[in-house]
Amino acid sequence: MAEAMSSPAFSVPRPEVRGNVGAAAVTRPKLQVRNLQFFYGSFHALKNISLDIPERMVTAFIGPSGCGKSTLLRTLNKMYALYPEQRAEGEIIMDGENLLTSRQDVSLIRARIGMVFQKPTPFPMSIYDNIAFGVRLFEDLPMRDMDDRVEWALMRAALWDEVKGKLRQSGDSLSGGQQQRLCIARGIAIKPEVLLLDEPCSALDPISTAKIEELIHELKSDYTVVIVTHNMQQAARVSDFTAYMYLGELIEYGGTDDLFIKPKKKQTEDYITGRFG
Amino acid sequence: MSAISSANATYRARKRTNAVMLAVSGAALAFGLLWLVWILATLLYEGGSALCRASLYTQMTPPPGADGGLANAIVGSLLMVASGTLIGTPVGILAGTYCAEYGRSGWLASATRFLNDVLLSAPSIVIGLFVYSIYVARVGHFSGWAGSVALGLLVVPVVVRTTDDMLKLVPNSLREAAFALGCPTWKVITLVTYRAARTGIVTGILLAVARISGETAPLLFTSLNNQFWSLDMNSPLANLPVVIFQFAMSPYADWHRLAWGGAALITLAVLALNVAARVAFRRRA
Repeated sequence: MAEAMSSPAFSVPRPEVRGNVGAAAVTRPKLQVRNLQFFYGSFHALKNISLDIPERMVTAFIGPSGCGKSTLLRTLNKMYALYPEQRAEGEIIMDGENLLTSRQDVSLIRARIGMVFQKPTPFPMSIYDNIAFGVRLFEDLPMRDMDDRVEWALMRAALWDEVKGKLRQSGDSLSGGQQQRLCIARGIAIKPEVLLLDEPCSALDPISTAKIEELIHELKSDYTVVIVTHNMQQAARVSDFTAYMYLGELIEYGGTDDLFIKPKKKQTEDYITGRFG
Repeated sequence: MSAISSANATYRARKRTNAVMLAVSGAALAFGLLWLVWILATLLYEGGSALCRASLYTQMTPPPGADGGLANAIVGSLLMVASGTLIGTPVGILAGTYCAEYGRSGWLASATRFLNDVLLSAPSIVIGLFVYSIYVARVGHFSGWAGSVALGLLVVPVVVRTTDDMLKLVPNSLREAAFALGCPTWKVITLVTYRAARTGIVTGILLAVARISGETAPLLFTSLNNQFWSLDMNSPLANLPVVIFQFAMSPYADWHRLAWGGAALITLAVLALNVAARVAFRRRA
C-alpha cells in the first residue's frame, strides 16, 4: 500500500494487472509524462498530467471534446512549439531526456515521434513523392532503395495493392480512407519510434476505419502507438491502455479492459456508459 | 394541409427575391462584359489591319508620312517587362512569404501589409517620378534599366499581395503535417506550401505582368522612347505604351493606325499569356 502511494498517481499498471497483454510483452515506458501543464495563452488546458506510455503498445486517450486529449498528444511531439502563445511545463521523458527542455533540434524529435492528423493531409505531389518526401529529409537513399522504402511503407499501411500501378499520380486523387493510409505510410516511412494518431478515423467510412484499426494492431509490433479517439468502441478495440481525460485533467488511466469493464472512478464509468459526455 | 406547399407565402416571397437577385446579378455581369467586349472589338476593328501586316513586326517606328512598324517598340517592351518582372517577382514573393509564413500576426508583417497596400494603390506616375529622381537624374540620361526598375517597383506590391493571400489559403494542417515529419521551416515553405499555392502565386505574377505591359506614365520618365533599333538597356529604349501615347496624340493617320495596332498587340499578348498559363496549369493539376 505504502509503495502504491509513493509511485506516481497514474503509472502503468503492472504486468499482473493487465489481462489482455501477453506475458512476454515488454512494458518499459517509452514516454514518461510528469506533472505536465499546458497553456494556450492564459488558458490552462492541461493540469498536472502524469502518465507512462508503454513501449510497443497502443495507448488511447478518450474524453469529451475540449478535455485536452489532442492537446496532450500535440505536446508529445512538440507541435505546440510552432505557436508562440502556447507553452508547456513539466517533463516528457524519452530515453532519459526531457523533451520539453531538450536542446535537441525539434525536427529530430518530430522525426522520432511521428504524427497522423484527423483530416488526411496528402502533400500536393505524387503518391510516391508523398512517401519519399519525409525520407529525403533525413536519408540520402539511392533510387532503388528509395523505391523499396516507398513500397515497404505502403505495404505496412495496407495501401500498396491499391496504388502500386499509379505511384506517379497525385496524392489528392485517392479516396479519403486511402489518403489517410497514405499519411500513415508517410509517417512510418521515416521509421519513427512513436506514432501519434489524432482521431485518424473520424473523417472515414466504416470500411476504411476497419482497415486502419487493423493496421494499428499490426503497427504495435514495431512502434509505440498513441491514439486520440472520440469513439469509445474504437479505444476498446485497438488499445492496450486507455486514459480518460476531463477538463484538462487525467481522471483515470489503466489497462483498457480494466478501465472499460470495471472503472475505478464514477466519472469514468459515467462517460463510458454514455450517461455523460 | 401542411403549411409547406407552393402556395406558402414565405416560399413564394423567397422565390420572388431569388428571381430578382438573379436578374440583378445577371444585369451586372452583362454591364461589365459589355465594356470589355466593346473595348476588344474596337481594338480589333481599328488595329486588326495593322496587326496583319508583317511590317508591324519588322520595321522601326517611322517618321510621319513614312511607312514603318513597331519592331523596336515591341522588343523594347519585351526587354523591360521581362527584366521588370525579374526584378520585382523575387522581392515580392519573398516579402509575401515573410508576411504569410514567418511574420504571421506580428507587427512587422502587419506594417508590411499596410505599406504594401499603399504602394499597390500609388499612382504609377509617382513611381516614374521617383525612379526619375533617384536614377535618371543622377546618371543624367533616360535608359531601359530605369524603365525596368520602375516597372519592377510596380510588380512588387501585386506579387506581395497575391503571394501573401495565396499562402494564407494553404490549410495549416498541411504545414503541421510537414512539420510533424521533422521538416525544417524553410523546407515546409519551399516544398509544401509553395507547391500548394503555386497556381495562385503564378496568377499573381501574370496579373503583375499584365499590369506593367500597359503602363505608360512610369516609362515616360524613365526609358522615354527611341526611334531606332536598340537593345542597349543603358540608353533610352522604345516601348509600346509610350509609342502608342505619342502616336495616338499625333495628327497623322499612319501613326494612328500603328497606335491602334500596338494597343491591340499588347491586349492580345496579355490575353494569350493568361490563357496559356491557365491551360498549362489545368493540365498539370
